[in-house]
Amino acid sequence: MSTLLAIDGVSKSYPGVKANDDIHFSVGAGEIHALLGENGAGKSTLVKMIYGLVRPDTGGMRFNGVEYAPHGPVAARAAGVAMVFQHFSLFEALTVAENIALGMENAPPRRELAQRIREVSTEYGLPLDPDRLIGDLSVGVRQRVEIVRCLLQNPKLLIMDEPTSVLTPQEVDQLFFTLRKLKADGVSILYISHKLEEIRSLCDHATILRMGKVVATCTPAKETARSLAEMMIGQELAHPPVKDFQPGPVLLKVEGLSMAAPGQFDVALREISLSLRSGEVLGIAGVAGNGQDELMLALSGERLSAPGQVVLDGKPVGAAGPNARRRLGLLAAPEERLGHAAAPDMSLADNGYLSGRIRKRLSVRGFVKQGAVDAFARKIIADFDVRTPGIEARAGALSGGNLQKYVVGREVLQEPKVLVINQPTWGVDAHAAAQIRGALRGLATRGAGVIVISQDLDELVEIADSFAVLANGRLSPVRSATGLQIETIGRMMGGDFSAAEEGAAHVSA
Amino acid sequence: MFRLEPRAVTPVWITAVTPLLAVLATMIAGGILFALLGKDPFETIRVIFVAPLGDPYSRTEMLIKAAPLVLIALGLSFGFRAGIWNIGAEGQYVMGALAGGAVGLAFWNVEGAWLLPLMALAGMAGGCLWALIPAFLKVRFNANEILVSLMLVYVATLFLSAMVSGPLRDPAGFNFPQSRLLHESARLPIVLEGTRVHVGVLVALIAVVVAQIVLTRHLFGFNVRLLGQAPRAAAFAGVNAKRLTVVLLGLSGALAGLAGIFEVTGPIGQLQPSLPVGYGFTAIIVAFLGRLNPVGILLAGMVMALTYIGGETAQFSLGIPAAAISVFQGLLLFFLLAVDLLTRYRVVPAKRSGV
Repeated sequence: MSTLLAIDGVSKSYPGVKANDDIHFSVGAGEIHALLGENGAGKSTLVKMIYGLVRPDTGGMRFNGVEYAPHGPVAARAAGVAMVFQHFSLFEALTVAENIALGMENAPPRRELAQRIREVSTEYGLPLDPDRLIGDLSVGVRQRVEIVRCLLQNPKLLIMDEPTSVLTPQEVDQLFFTLRKLKADGVSILYISHKLEEIRSLCDHATILRMGKVVATCTPAKETARSLAEMMIGQELAHPPVKDFQPGPVLLKVEGLSMAAPGQFDVALREISLSLRSGEVLGIAGVAGNGQDELMLALSGERLSAPGQVVLDGKPVGAAGPNARRRLGLLAAPEERLGHAAAPDMSLADNGYLSGRIRKRLSVRGFVKQGAVDAFARKIIADFDVRTPGIEARAGALSGGNLQKYVVGREVLQEPKVLVINQPTWGVDAHAAAQIRGALRGLATRGAGVIVISQDLDELVEIADSFAVLANGRLSPVRSATGLQIETIGRMMGGDFSAAEEGAAHVSA
Repeated sequence: MFRLEPRAVTPVWITAVTPLLAVLATMIAGGILFALLGKDPFETIRVIFVAPLGDPYSRTEMLIKAAPLVLIALGLSFGFRAGIWNIGAEGQYVMGALAGGAVGLAFWNVEGAWLLPLMALAGMAGGCLWALIPAFLKVRFNANEILVSLMLVYVATLFLSAMVSGPLRDPAGFNFPQSRLLHESARLPIVLEGTRVHVGVLVALIAVVVAQIVLTRHLFGFNVRLLGQAPRAAAFAGVNAKRLTVVLLGLSGALAGLAGIFEVTGPIGQLQPSLPVGYGFTAIIVAFLGRLNPVGILLAGMVMALTYIGGETAQFSLGIPAAAISVFQGLLLFFLLAVDLLTRYRVVPAKRSGV
């Protein structure tokens, strides 16, 4: 196999960190190459260099045998490198074709473009209608738009950053079909993911990064998920938390909760009912954009309902704001870390105060108790192993995984009665994810009720005692998580709730 | 040659140094401007920036000019931090002066220690209510507060003219459009014997201290910062954005109104159409020059006051046109925003390399 991309001793430093330290590896033509590593291991810096967003301090790259030092993404695309980012850059109010045209250097006339979109998308098993509005499409389909946008440029190397984290199992299968077809056509793929099983089944080779250095290269099919994870974190992996669910009294009851969609591209909640007992972890699955954010806002108190629609410990709280609910012990951790769960430009200490003020008594008559605030922040950092220079660091300066640990720790350490958490391990590496799940399980063991809204089914299967699916703003009946088949979940995600009934009797007892 | 790179962390000294850099750049550009007008640039800059500092009378006049600027800028800075753009402080200043002045005139020649506080309250209420118009329109109909508050400035100014030409006109004033002179009980006490430095200066200083404490040590200041930086995180923290919008606009209006009534009861002594001299607009520059920080605003207010005093001297001693002074103040805001780039980006020499 000939080498397509060779990285030769590349280093890149930022103030205070060496993000990449003398990186060597190569991607062969027509190879699917995995890039593995914890958050902060230097994966993003490395792919940003390949895509021309960042210039290396030292070292060089060769692409197709010639010297390669792209000025920017335009130069990278001209050379044949394309990238699908974890966060899409699509305009919801524009059509598929318009979005694709926006990303192209020399877009063909509209009709011709629509034709090419149809051709390329059918050829690679990514059916797309060029005239649909992005706002009307599911996340999985939006990803197709991003991929097709790349494929129209006939890339030689396609970089994919965590592509499966937003997909249903069926969508993942379809994506893999596409990627294997691309590979057969001679396109190389640089595949970044935390999902080790996926890497084992899909990738030919893997390069593993740790703290900015290449620590191993291997053939993933010959490794186990566990050995890959251990190479990645450089130590033994924590065992999955033990489920020891002893059903206690009902802590949270949601009854017939309906809410109009707040905006054009949001989802209305329809007749949502559930009950959560002490000691229970309730997993709520669903494809992104099916009402997860809206349910989260309704439970956290950022959107209000009729008082009796949300009942905490026998007290109606549906009409109470976030702070009144915190006072009673209902806490929340939203999905969007930067800008929602935390203010990016504020210090970690201030971000601790943000949600911990009431339960941790961090102020007297409105005056901030700085000593207590700092101590709370330090305790979160210590207990949850947050890697940061200190409590004065800006939240936005932390890596995604570290900030997530901070955000989860902030809520868990307040010892809530009920914690609602959306996407607890989104974009978080295996090691940090295991810590976070352990903390949530521990909270349940101490008698709290935990609702985990997640798109990661493996995660829900691992930690949830009971299980429901959110589809198009409706919640399926809650059923026991034991003996749950991935296939059943898939049907429930498609809105077929009869599948849930089979195990529902299990928990209603 | 050079290129800009976003800073990961902004060093504290940069935040402190850039306003000084802006003042320096303003002096240079202003010098060129004055040279083009045929004046000696060094002499002009000296008269504007340095001479007032050496003169005791000018020093106390600086305090008098700075007091309203600082009061208004403090109120504005809280709103600006929260992303609420009250551009109409000038109008709220006028309405404060008018409301407070009207109370003073209603009790004309009635002596009593209660009158001045009552007038101050009326002034704050006047400014506050005027600012609550854009606040209400914003939270109820999502109207842009920049436009509404700005347009209300002209309404307020014309309203003042109408009042001093009509109901509030001095009956013994030969039909001049101005009110009676306020009597003793309705005038601000002087705190420094032999000068015009009045109680309003003290109030402005106290307001700086209070604002600094509230901003850095109190939940209110925290919520203000949070709403400006991350509105969704503010909602998560339980901040009621609409209520805070109303409070902040009302607060900035009240402080502008207070500054207005202080001018009427202090240096001026009566209501007259020439009352609005642009303090409400200049205070916007002061707020940004002071980095929306109370102590910074105090310093910035002094600098702006200096350009007013020095500018006046330059007008009569060197014949600089009044408009040139306004241009000069505009330059200061311009350079301030320009050097702001340095706080968010750093200049690095561009590397040369092929593709």
